[in-house]
Amino acid sequence: MPGAKMMVEALKNEGVDVMFGYPGGTIMPFFDSLHREDIRMILTRHEQAAVHAADGYARATGRVGVCVATSGPGATNLVTGIATANMDSVPLVLITGQVPVDMIGNDAFQEADIIGITRPITKHSYLIRDVADIPRIVKEAFHIARTGCPGPVLIDLPRDVSLISGDFVCPADVNIRGYAPAVKGDSQAIQKAMGLVRGAKRPLIYAGGGVIRSSASQELTAFARKTGIPVTLTLMGLGAFPGTDPLFLGMLGMHGTAAANQAVCQCDLLIAVGARFDDRVTGKVSEFAPKAKIIHIDIEPASIGKNVLADLPVVGNAKDVLLEMLQLAEPLAVESWVRRLMDLKQDKPLRYNRDCSVIKPQYVVEKIYEVTRGEAIITTEVGQNQIWAAHYYPYDHPRRFLSSGGLGTMGYGFPAAIGAQIAFPDHITFDIAGDGSIQMNIQELATAVLNEVPVNVAILNNGYLGMVRQWQELFFDKAYAFSCLMQRPSCPRQCNGSCPERPPYVPDFVKLAEAYGAVGMRVDKPEDVEGALREAVNSPKPVILDFLVAREENVFPMVPAGRGINEIIFG
Amino acid sequence: MDYTLSVLVENHSGVLARISGLLSGRGFNIQSIAAGESEDPTATRITMVVEGDQRVINQVKTQVSRIVDVIRVIDLTEVPSVDRELGLIKVGSPPHRRTEIFQIVDVFRAKTVDIAPDSLTIEVTGTTEKLDALLEMLKPFGIWEIVRTGQISIARGGSNGGKGAKNTSTPAAE
Repeated sequence: MPGAKMMVEALKNEGVDVMFGYPGGTIMPFFDSLHREDIRMILTRHEQAAVHAADGYARATGRVGVCVATSGPGATNLVTGIATANMDSVPLVLITGQVPVDMIGNDAFQEADIIGITRPITKHSYLIRDVADIPRIVKEAFHIARTGCPGPVLIDLPRDVSLISGDFVCPADVNIRGYAPAVKGDSQAIQKAMGLVRGAKRPLIYAGGGVIRSSASQELTAFARKTGIPVTLTLMGLGAFPGTDPLFLGMLGMHGTAAANQAVCQCDLLIAVGARFDDRVTGKVSEFAPKAKIIHIDIEPASIGKNVLADLPVVGNAKDVLLEMLQLAEPLAVESWVRRLMDLKQDKPLRYNRDCSVIKPQYVVEKIYEVTRGEAIITTEVGQNQIWAAHYYPYDHPRRFLSSGGLGTMGYGFPAAIGAQIAFPDHITFDIAGDGSIQMNIQELATAVLNEVPVNVAILNNGYLGMVRQWQELFFDKAYAFSCLMQRPSCPRQCNGSCPERPPYVPDFVKLAEAYGAVGMRVDKPEDVEGALREAVNSPKPVILDFLVAREENVFPMVPAGRGINEIIFG
Repeated sequence: MDYTLSVLVENHSGVLARISGLLSGRGFNIQSIAAGESEDPTATRITMVVEGDQRVINQVKTQVSRIVDVIRVIDLTEVPSVDRELGLIKVGSPPHRRTEIFQIVDVFRAKTVDIAPDSLTIEVTGTTEKLDALLEMLKPFGIWEIVRTGQISIARGGSNGGKGAKNTSTPAAE
């Protein structure tokens, strides 16, 4: 059978039933053998959206997302999406067309060295030179993508290889001598860790996306509840522990709650699980958990000791390690510590000024929570919308909050919502967006409408690149350089936002939605927010909700970049 | 301080690019890197000399170990090892100064491998320090060109330098 057909067979062997992609010259043989199969191929309107949609699908399901593009520009359009998935450890397999083998290196039409370009942002990659290797390579690619610390794997398929015939012989097992990720943690290290846990007076769990990737939420929750240790989560970890549980302190770090950041500063034992001490979490490293012994549980040895030294490293899968720790766990006498944090949680909750005649973006997120009863899949773009979506929607389940944490990719949320909605057709899906970021992949309205994917997009429309404007307000003397989305040549060079003649909005998102055949609604009064949301969730079509919100609302609490995380600005 | 790592990798195209890209992308400081076929024709052995402190070196080891095509990373810094580098040095040499140069070459147990009316080419093998010392001695004559292979290293005795497992190893507590 031809190579292209072998690719399809190999994908079927991996249980793939949906892919996201965009055809073109070199990948046409693959698409040709696909249209006779019942694997679903979602045609996006831009390759970047295809990889984000596959990423959203993967994050929501825990399965490997698959994305297909042609050579050259098709492949290079994947780069941002691959880097996004790589930073957040999302399992993806990317298949790109390539020019015929004997033309590689000749600057052929639509040739790009995509293996070279993506080498720093993929977990592994393959250029297929021999058709006979296809079954093995696809099997290995899926194995590498989903095991260990998951990540994107790219397969570059030259056009001639996809046309040559070969025998489909698939090895029974994957055998890569250099690749054997740890699963179970070292029992001795776990025993030692539990010794530290038993001796702690002010213990704290700091959990991240690794808990979600290894499906360890139940184990984490059981461990925290059994021992009584309070929990803080990273942005990537939201949903790993129930957001409504009394032991949950909120998110930590740059936009962490007072309770969470104070807990980090005061704790005598920090149990880091599936988290990598990112700079947005630690702030100034020397002031991060200064009084604590640190246990660092991570599948990836390279994550341990990279930013913050661990006193006790445990290399292993979060699920297996937590399960073993749970078996040794006993209730701890930490009532006074927990009470202190609960008091702090009550005294310094997340809050915003509600008495206002304009819609507050936080209010919209709260209403989305109410209307969806906390059960929606929420995706975000990047910026203020992302942090409000993290703050004001408590996530009780894993895989319900999908956001580009590491790379911070604007334009991620909408296609990711499409991918997640395709995985869970009966679920309510919301992309909480800003008016800037939604425009980075707005063309996917066509994909959503034509594939009957009823995602909802809530645009928190303030006419600004809100987070940039917030930083300019706080750290650049309120000089709004190039962050106003209504900037025109007639604007003064020094803008501070007090411009009276700006248009109310650009573009008209309602008309835009309608032009694509989606539903568009504009909401500019707080009292209309809930009604519009109810209408949206009941609509069988994709809906764009354009909420005209308070223009200069800021995200608080906030720790200025590079400061200790106890130096919180409450606004 | 300089650390010596011996890295066994699959003999696949792109492995060296992956390693060197990782090192430069993460800002590690490489003194030298030398690669060649190993006792197993499907594997390549790379000797890298990396400058840094213990923490940097732990990062280099674990990051390099993440690469799927890397089979083993062995740290030869702390184990007894034989370290060698080969250098070819072209020195400007008018006929009347040749004898002086030959004497230096003799002391360093190097070899003269080419001779021209106005230059000599010297081959030298030894530790990096020995090569540096010879170069220092030859400087006054006028060095025209230097080619060095970078250090290659092998553990002494029957051991392979110990701790060779990858990925599964738990980094030591700090």
